[in-house]
Amino acid sequence: MDDLLQVRDLRLQFRSMRGVVKALDGVDLTVHEREIVGLVGESGCGKTITGLAILGLLQRPQAEITGGEISYRGEDLLAKSDKEMQDLRGREISMVFQDPLASLNPVFQVGHQIEDVVRIHKGVSKRESRETARRALAEVGLPANDETLKRYPHQFSGGMRQRVCMAMALACGSPLLIADEPTTALDVTIQAQILNLLLRLREELGVAQVIITHNVGVAAQTCDRIAVMYAGSVVEEGPVVEVLSRPRHPYTIALYECLPHGHTASELQTIPGTVPDLITPPTGCRFHPRCEHVLDVCPTAKPQPVRVGDRHWVSCFWATGQPDGADSEAAS
Amino acid sequence: MSLLLVDDLTVHFRIRRGLGKKSVDTVHAVDDISFEIAQGETLALVGESGCGKSTAARAVLQLVKPTSGAIRFLDTDLTDLSARQRRKMMRDAQVVFQDPFSSLNPRMTVHDLVAEPLRAQARKGGRELEARVLALLEMVGLGTQHLWRRPHEFSGGQCQRIAIARALALEPKLVVLDEPTSALDVSVQARILVLLDDLQRRLGLTYLFIAHDLAVVESMAHALAVMYLGRIVEQGPANEIFRDPRHPYTVALLGSSPSPDPESRGAMRVLEGDVPSAVHPPEGCRFHPRCPFRMDICTTECPQPHAVGGRLVSCHLPDDFDTSATGTAMLL
Repeated sequence: MDDLLQVRDLRLQFRSMRGVVKALDGVDLTVHEREIVGLVGESGCGKTITGLAILGLLQRPQAEITGGEISYRGEDLLAKSDKEMQDLRGREISMVFQDPLASLNPVFQVGHQIEDVVRIHKGVSKRESRETARRALAEVGLPANDETLKRYPHQFSGGMRQRVCMAMALACGSPLLIADEPTTALDVTIQAQILNLLLRLREELGVAQVIITHNVGVAAQTCDRIAVMYAGSVVEEGPVVEVLSRPRHPYTIALYECLPHGHTASELQTIPGTVPDLITPPTGCRFHPRCEHVLDVCPTAKPQPVRVGDRHWVSCFWATGQPDGADSEAAS
Repeated sequence: MSLLLVDDLTVHFRIRRGLGKKSVDTVHAVDDISFEIAQGETLALVGESGCGKSTAARAVLQLVKPTSGAIRFLDTDLTDLSARQRRKMMRDAQVVFQDPFSSLNPRMTVHDLVAEPLRAQARKGGRELEARVLALLEMVGLGTQHLWRRPHEFSGGQCQRIAIARALALEPKLVVLDEPTSALDVSVQARILVLLDDLQRRLGLTYLFIAHDLAVVESMAHALAVMYLGRIVEQGPANEIFRDPRHPYTVALLGSSPSPDPESRGAMRVLEGDVPSAVHPPEGCRFHPRCPFRMDICTTECPQPHAVGGRLVSCHLPDDFDTSATGTAMLL
């Protein structure tokens, strides 16, 4: 499999009134052709920021990338100009967001909005763009007729609106889709429909995907690989079945045991403490103040990703048994 | 003996438009539902948005006026009480809402938030009041250092603890929990579920639990009532329904819920279609437009709840019909 997207040790900070927020501190993520990768973590862990950074959608100078690299098909995205990124968004990499009502313009017909994208990127005629929009609707399971194209966003249900957003994202044939909490605003039976649609888009159009979600179940049921994030770092990455059935990082283990699935409330485990403030993040491993396996080295050094299995990487001194430096087998 | 008994409860809302506020239509929010909750147990009302679960809970709390039907709470029929008597009764029924930030007054301190019900209803003051406030905060795991802070200084989980302390101030018998953990991250959710479970055991509380997340329900509920478009389609002991759902909608709902267990990959099922509008609900069984086992009778006659083993199922299909094939398998 070829690498489509590679994010290496990405670091990013925001300037805020209270100080500098060290939002991302070592994000590693690889997406191969036709692969679905889940980016999983709780609120504030930086999963959405990672998605926006890949697309160059973060506002400068408030957001500043301080290190690392993002490459797409071997091209360095961080070196591209705004104009080049704009050309790339929607044609090579697209994104859909959690709230489809907020990402569609309420005063334009959805057909108009989909056709706009096609015309901007492909410079085709009005008739051709309409044809492409119709095909895009069919691909996402909506009736591919003029009646659908002429409707306004408020005339669709939540699930259908998310389908419209996907039609718009894929109308120009992007090989990579970043879906940020695509089903969080939806009911569970509609969520299943949309997840199935994501799988079908991979099956039929070969669209690789990054699914950003807080729901471990969504990742478990749709992704090939997952990356678990905590406080701005990817702490564990690997094949989904491997990571969830044999989690190695203490945070992944604890997160999985918090899930109420199949447990009575009295059996539930909890994680002590709270998520750190990223203006003054903990030194060393950011999880160490809450970790039950904390070692002497954890507050002083940041663990690097170490291979623990077939394509399974963990950033943890305790899990990898290398408290005196993770250099020998470090990634990248 | 049941603490709460709801018999044939119906709640309709009129849609009024125009100058004379003429009633143009009716929302059939809740139609003919009956359930009871035994002392010390948890009944979960589950279903997707718009199924009427919150409206049913609000009717129990006397926050909306039922169109018809009876609600018996502590052996008293709430329908024919005077406002004064009802106010007194409702001390024993309290509520915790989904979003703690909007259910707590941002201008009040934690102390005042918890003391308010005691002052208003129990006419407590002075030392007795202070002691009770401290005891309540301790009960939900908050220390005295938080006493004079305001809601914005707390995280979502802590705010939900304050809301729980407030609900428990008057030593209620029944607590309505309306999606109490839906706005929280999973690690915080686990702690709130553990707290609620612990409080139920210690104080002998009875819960009416409203939720859409089936894993959360499975961890909390003794009994379960599944709602679809204003009606209860199946109810009974929670573990039985989770093990062997009978109604096609229950099967679809359980099948759509993504399990975090990687072993169950591919077991998810997808039910097509959207939930119809509650303004013009389908004739007969309200689930029939989406039901794969639809018969002629389903389009004309509303199925009445009948006993199947220890539960009540509202479906025209024979009791031994195999409904496990509801929905199609996910592409994977």
